[in-house]
Amino acid sequence: MRTTYRRPGRLVAFAAVTALATSLLAGCSSDDDGGSASSDGKITLNVGTFGVLGLKQAGLYDEYEKSHPNIKIKENVIERNDAYYPKLLTQLQSGAGVNDVAAIEVSNITEVVQTQGAKFEDLSKAEGVDKSTYLDWKWDQGTTEDGKTIGLGVDIGPTALCYRKDLFKKAGLPTDREELAKAWSGDWDKYVELGEKYMKKAPDGTKFVDSASSVYNAVFAGATERYYDKSGKEIYEKSQGRKDAWDAAMKVAKGDMSAKLKQFDPTWDQGFANAKFATVACPAWMAGYIQEKTGASGKGQWDMARAPKEGNWGGTFLGVPSAGKHKKEATELAVWLTQPEQLSKVFAKQASFPSTPSAYDSLKPSPATKAYFNNAPITKIYGDIAKNIPSVIYGLKDAQIGQSITDIGVLQVEQQGKSPAEGWEAAQKEIKDVLGQ
Amino acid sequence: MSETTEYAETASPDKGDAAPAASGRRKSSPTSSWRSRLYRWDIKASPYVFVAPFFLFFGAFGLFPLLYTGWASLHRLELTNLDDSTWLGLENYTNLLQSDYFWNALGNTFTIGVISTVPQLAIALGIAHLLNYKLRGSTLWRVAMLAPYATSVASASLVFTLLFAWDGGMVNWIIGSVGFDPVNWRESSWGSQFAVSSIVIWRWTGYNALIYLAAMQAVPHDLYESASLDGASRWQQFRHVTIPMLRPTILFTVVVSTIGATQLFGEPLLFGGTAGSKGGADHQFQTLGLYLYDQGWINGHLGRASAVAWLMLVILLLIAAVNLLIARRLRKAQ
Repeated sequence: MRTTYRRPGRLVAFAAVTALATSLLAGCSSDDDGGSASSDGKITLNVGTFGVLGLKQAGLYDEYEKSHPNIKIKENVIERNDAYYPKLLTQLQSGAGVNDVAAIEVSNITEVVQTQGAKFEDLSKAEGVDKSTYLDWKWDQGTTEDGKTIGLGVDIGPTALCYRKDLFKKAGLPTDREELAKAWSGDWDKYVELGEKYMKKAPDGTKFVDSASSVYNAVFAGATERYYDKSGKEIYEKSQGRKDAWDAAMKVAKGDMSAKLKQFDPTWDQGFANAKFATVACPAWMAGYIQEKTGASGKGQWDMARAPKEGNWGGTFLGVPSAGKHKKEATELAVWLTQPEQLSKVFAKQASFPSTPSAYDSLKPSPATKAYFNNAPITKIYGDIAKNIPSVIYGLKDAQIGQSITDIGVLQVEQQGKSPAEGWEAAQKEIKDVLGQ
Repeated sequence: MSETTEYAETASPDKGDAAPAASGRRKSSPTSSWRSRLYRWDIKASPYVFVAPFFLFFGAFGLFPLLYTGWASLHRLELTNLDDSTWLGLENYTNLLQSDYFWNALGNTFTIGVISTVPQLAIALGIAHLLNYKLRGSTLWRVAMLAPYATSVASASLVFTLLFAWDGGMVNWIIGSVGFDPVNWRESSWGSQFAVSSIVIWRWTGYNALIYLAAMQAVPHDLYESASLDGASRWQQFRHVTIPMLRPTILFTVVVSTIGATQLFGEPLLFGGTAGSKGGADHQFQTLGLYLYDQGWINGHLGRASAVAWLMLVILLLIAAVNLLIARRLRKAQ
């Protein structure tokens, strides 16, 4: 009795296992990437971004969906680029799960152009793309040697200095942005000197600057010589730009003027909210961040002035991976998103600065942003810097070399009490390991 | 190994009552011989079918990655170009064995492992002992013990990062109110390892306590009774009755925690914040897991990262061997 009763059960189990096995294997073999063309005939375009790119915040997706009823846009955001970029590479390599449109950070663009060029669509020939719309250097960064443009510029990072008027006043420093810009014009050492002056009368619990690393990045943003030379050889040891940035960062790290925070850490965010530091280098894309993290208490207290030298820190491109399901639609979207009219809207919302110079004259920051930064002429400050950003050579591992210097070298001196020589030695050793030498 | 045991377990109850009946039927009626053949086939094959799902999954998600990682570890393989690999032989391994960063990570993994596992298990044992008494609302206490385990690594690490913040963190505030200088937890070598360990301890103590508690409740009550009749105090009962009875459980938790400690990744990564995979400016809390991630995904050297993964496997196998020896000793001693 028991055997006859049991047998069908076993057959069912067997069938279930077989079904499971086949579905498992089927799941491995087919790259059915869901969510592309849904049942109602709409095409879903996935946009992969990191941080706050501002496209969604400026309402551009909604606008595009309205004018293109058959398109739905889904943004997949990863907060930090150091997590986003490895994922992007894996997706490009496997061809599975790629976003239809993918954001690329400027410090990775050279590696993407040189090693992943074949895996992207050529946007230079796409309809509606006009090379002259974009800044020359921005266009060139996204273009391979044989003239294939794989990334269209979204925003650039002209770098100004943001400072807290209230803290400057308490420390007996001038608070007028023109006066300050003049005081440190042309030389970062003058900025550091001002920091020493600030520290003599610093309001309780505050420092002059958030971190030595941010000074390194700000100075390096204006460097004409970076980590690589024209032939793609690493020159980070001798590079004048690197040396200047390092020296300035060392003066800050060895002195008392740094709040010793690590950028983009939760504690850094708290530093904004609690007014722990009086200045921070602010590329355009950071202006929105400062507002968000400082909150209402900083309204009208933050102000901005031109930095000692013009420089570019950060910025983003949009590319269309060839493995995507809807390349045509994705290309149209990427082109539309990077037109001056659209990028002006992002600026109005987020203060991210467009890579399309024709938009500069008509750029208007949102009234809230303007009021937040004490009615500073944001457009003019960033526009003037943007026009004078030097054209520089980026290299394969720019991102990783930069990180080794700031998060190993500078940090050792700033927080672990090592000497600048020890810090530089540690950074060099790290870079060699990064480069696999 | 596991196939044969599964086979024996699932097949034996059937044999007990059904096998004689089937053989009897075969003698009496030859037409039902296909049935008995089917039945025998069923007996032989079904257990394999039952265990098949595990092995299918293991093959797809365990064995294949393992072998592929082994292959990758013998090649120069970059994240930027997976189609292009050059044969290196053991070069990735020799490079690793000569790298200060690798030995540093190994050392950190060991020290963080010790300062997180030992207190964790000791505290868990104590808590389990307390929970074993008759308590009001015992379920509530037990659920509370398990709450940290149910918390995600991300949120736990975020909270601990803020607690251990150098400027304005609660831990430094407490230290300061007692009159000590604030400690830069993240950038000091012992401080950071202690902080990372504290996250691990917080998350896993309750889990281990519940395992101990379950084992304690299986200890026969008359042992305690006779011990108390002999005049043993509570503490003596704990030492001479509870602990010896718990020995296999303790060994199990030691093994599981050791494996967990060797693979430690999420806590130090998130504690490190920006550039967390470096494990601090001086790599002071970079574990092997972080080093692997840093090599493979930040620096893009997948071949070298695979070699780290295989060395971690070797280390785990060594630990398992040592554990086996100890277990055998213990059994002999009993």
